[in-house]
Amino acid sequence: MEGNSADRRFAVDRPTLIRRLRAVLPAQALLVEEEDLRPYDCDGLTAYRQLPLLVALPENESQAQAILKVCHELKAPVVARGAATGLSGGATPHADGVVVSLARLKKIVSIDALSRTAVVQPGVRNLAVSEAAAPYGLYYAPDPSSQIACTIGGNVAENSGGVHCLKYGLTVHNVLRVRGLTMAGEIVEFGNAALDAAGYDLLALLNGSEGLLAMITEVTVRLTPKPQLAQVVIASFDDVRRAGDAVAGIIAAGIIPAGLEMMDKKAIHAVEPYVNAGYDMDAEAILLCESDGTPEEVAEEIGRITAVLERSGASAYCVSRTEAERLKFWAGRKAAFPAVGRLTPDYLCMDGTIPRKRLAEMLQEITLLSGKYDLRCANVFHAGDGNLHPLIMYDANQPGQLERAMAFGAEILELSVRFGGTITGEHGVGIEKVNLMAEQFGMAEIETFHRLKAAFDEHGLLNPGKGVPTLARCREYIQARVARAPTAPRF
Amino acid sequence: METLIDDWRARIAAAAGSGGKLAIRGGGSKCFYGGPETGERLDVAAYSGIVAYEPTELVVTARAGTGLRELAATLAEKGQGLVFEPPHFGAAATVGGMLASGLSGPRRQAVGAVRDFVLGVKLLNGSGEVLTFGGQVMKNVAGYDVPRLLAGSLGTLGVVLEVSIKVLPLPVAEKTLRFALDEAAALQKLNQWGGRPLPISASAWHDGLLTLRLSGAAAAVAAAERELAGEVLADADAFWDSLREQKQAFFLGDAPLWRLSLPSVTPPQALGETLIEWGGAQRWLRGGDARRIRAAAAKAGGHATLFRGDDALKTEVGVFQPLTAPLARIHRHLKQAFDPQGVFNPGRMYPGL
Ligand SMILES: Cc1cc2nc3c(=O)[nH]c(=O)nc-3n(C[C@H](O)[C@H](O)[C@H](O)COP(=O)(O)OP(=O)(O)OC[C@H]3O[C@@H](n4cnc5c(N)ncnc54)[C@H](O)[C@@H]3O)c2cc1C
Repeated sequence: MEGNSADRRFAVDRPTLIRRLRAVLPAQALLVEEEDLRPYDCDGLTAYRQLPLLVALPENESQAQAILKVCHELKAPVVARGAATGLSGGATPHADGVVVSLARLKKIVSIDALSRTAVVQPGVRNLAVSEAAAPYGLYYAPDPSSQIACTIGGNVAENSGGVHCLKYGLTVHNVLRVRGLTMAGEIVEFGNAALDAAGYDLLALLNGSEGLLAMITEVTVRLTPKPQLAQVVIASFDDVRRAGDAVAGIIAAGIIPAGLEMMDKKAIHAVEPYVNAGYDMDAEAILLCESDGTPEEVAEEIGRITAVLERSGASAYCVSRTEAERLKFWAGRKAAFPAVGRLTPDYLCMDGTIPRKRLAEMLQEITLLSGKYDLRCANVFHAGDGNLHPLIMYDANQPGQLERAMAFGAEILELSVRFGGTITGEHGVGIEKVNLMAEQFGMAEIETFHRLKAAFDEHGLLNPGKGVPTLARCREYIQARVARAPTAPRF
Repeated sequence: METLIDDWRARIAAAAGSGGKLAIRGGGSKCFYGGPETGERLDVAAYSGIVAYEPTELVVTARAGTGLRELAATLAEKGQGLVFEPPHFGAAATVGGMLASGLSGPRRQAVGAVRDFVLGVKLLNGSGEVLTFGGQVMKNVAGYDVPRLLAGSLGTLGVVLEVSIKVLPLPVAEKTLRFALDEAAALQKLNQWGGRPLPISASAWHDGLLTLRLSGAAAAVAAAERELAGEVLADADAFWDSLREQKQAFFLGDAPLWRLSLPSVTPPQALGETLIEWGGAQRWLRGGDARRIRAAAAKAGGHATLFRGDDALKTEVGVFQPLTAPLARIHRHLKQAFDPQGVFNPGRMYPGL
């Protein structure tokens, strides 16, 4: 599927753009040949591919600034790119635009153990921050499963979560300051080294802004002291409903686990042969529930967790005895996407969030949809915060399968909204879900989003076509929606 | 309730059409905060009530006029609460005022601020449209994060109608310890402790005494108490309440009250009589030279707010730290995006906003 090639609003003269950018960049920082552009034609959402006009690889902030000034003057769209692990097509190139890869801005500028902060460039990998902080007994808490590869710039742009964000928060809760460039090339600082800043909370807006408001050039993150001990309980259930009840039961008992994840049978069967994490192949669902803190605290909490699990009818459970075993249990969960990837040529990862109490119901609906669309689907959930990741398996080479997979995914997300949730919990709207925004928001909200963007980027040059649909697209979506399901319109 | 909204819509339209201004007021408990109120009063306290509360979903949705006291009592019945401990500053404090002022209490250093807990909002914008952003679930990245943007926006972007907030279990155990330390030593200790996995939930230093609260599982609090070995404070809840509500002697009297938000490691600033909270990140000052205070805050990488002061001083020095030119421009454009005619709370945050 091509990205936004239909979008021809930007009449950019490629030779002029190349000439102007060459004047401000070293030769190796600009890619112009098709074979060099090809590796940049998609992100983790590989179903969408689009060649950009050019790719720029700035080595520092002033080069990034120079690129933006030229693009601003020539009205050329700009798509920022980190490690391209994004799953919603946020970094899919624009046919008339420049992809600006921040991968070369990968310096950890400073780590201050006393203030528990790190200043890093946007291309620094998530895990690299924790590795650099480890000698001080500190780490960077948000841990997306892609943390070996994904960048802090991408994390901020998506407001990424991880398996531990139930207790430790999302990216937005762990970032103190973002330095960036407006599309016009002005340097701006959002937040600061203190806990809050004067004026509107623009830092909150930057988190999850999907590259539409500013280009991030430096980030100050908060570091967290490593807990003395962490242990994970792994529990099997022979019925997904009981697993769902156990999740609600744990929260109702006043426990906020450090992580609370669920996998269904298909996901377990994808993961276990691949990772040998020790998961129960007979279970319909498993829960991973982590406790951390002082040894006394962990012992007490694990006792309360296992009591709930027993009450909820877990068929078996075990508690990690060593750090190696804990990591082994998590390795399976963290490898769930690639494990499913081995079973199918292609898959789509959905990302709706729903109230926890509807987890079991949602799973049943997904099973029905799997039959309707004749496509397999494995489920991994950040169950603690109701964030679903159904992985819809398809083969792009079989005619019609991609379309079926997308329709399947859209139905899951529509259901998420109907259940009182959202179309995206952490992967972003990107290009993938841009039309579905009309499922969740009315025209007045969508218009507000456009005005809000214009406050940062007057000409709409940063990542156009992503995140927020045009009003015309919204109207089309609503008309099609009403025609499809006349009994359940939202508008 | 709907007729209230219709009535406000009419007033917004009338104001927008005639260059009028509206001063939005919940309980009036935080009128002192920010620039002086101007324009016709728009009372929103009557728009009250808890709309939905599901303890196992960890979320409560309340109308803006709901009293903070009432809300806290409802949550406490289920062993939960607003753990960022928003200050009330009076019995009439409302949920809407809590969000608009963006103020958090002693536990902010450990758990985050109002903005970290707000999940969804419903508001009336300057065109009288009812808009809904965010939701009731913990993770939601669809659309820009308007709910958090509204935290601390002082009513300049719209009339908040409803707020969905994440709630958490209240701590099982708490203990408050006292240490005799001078300012520099207290700051050093606070930052060192902050880097260790200790269950510190609040801190306050004033006049040679550091008060430290531990909260969490009984076992963790007991272990930390043994290790830190301070003197146990008996009537601790009263201490933290009076700190949060600014009823301690330090806060009394007419001298201007400054709030400095600084990196926690900033050394003592010698700007006047000081009370330190949030592990060193929030520092209160009585009196002092505005220009010096603002310059010192900026130099340290933070900012200074004239938290309490008379209108003349507020007008003279501004309530909030001035913004850089690009940020000021973005602020103006955002204001226009929500309130194109500039109807709501003009000047409460910055002149012209
Ligand atoms: C196997 C796998 C597991 C994953 N697990 C998780 C998970 O557990 N939790 C989770 O939240 N996500 C997860 N993701 C999704 C993805 O890793 C995150 O969204 C991540 O934050 C993207 O980072 P990135 O550097 O790859 O950004 P990219 O994909 O390159 O870009 C993402 C978006 O950010 C923008 N952007 C990037 N850098 C900048 C910058 N410097 N300035 C402005 N905008 C910028 C881009 O324009 C784009 O819109 C997973 C992905 C994969 C493939």
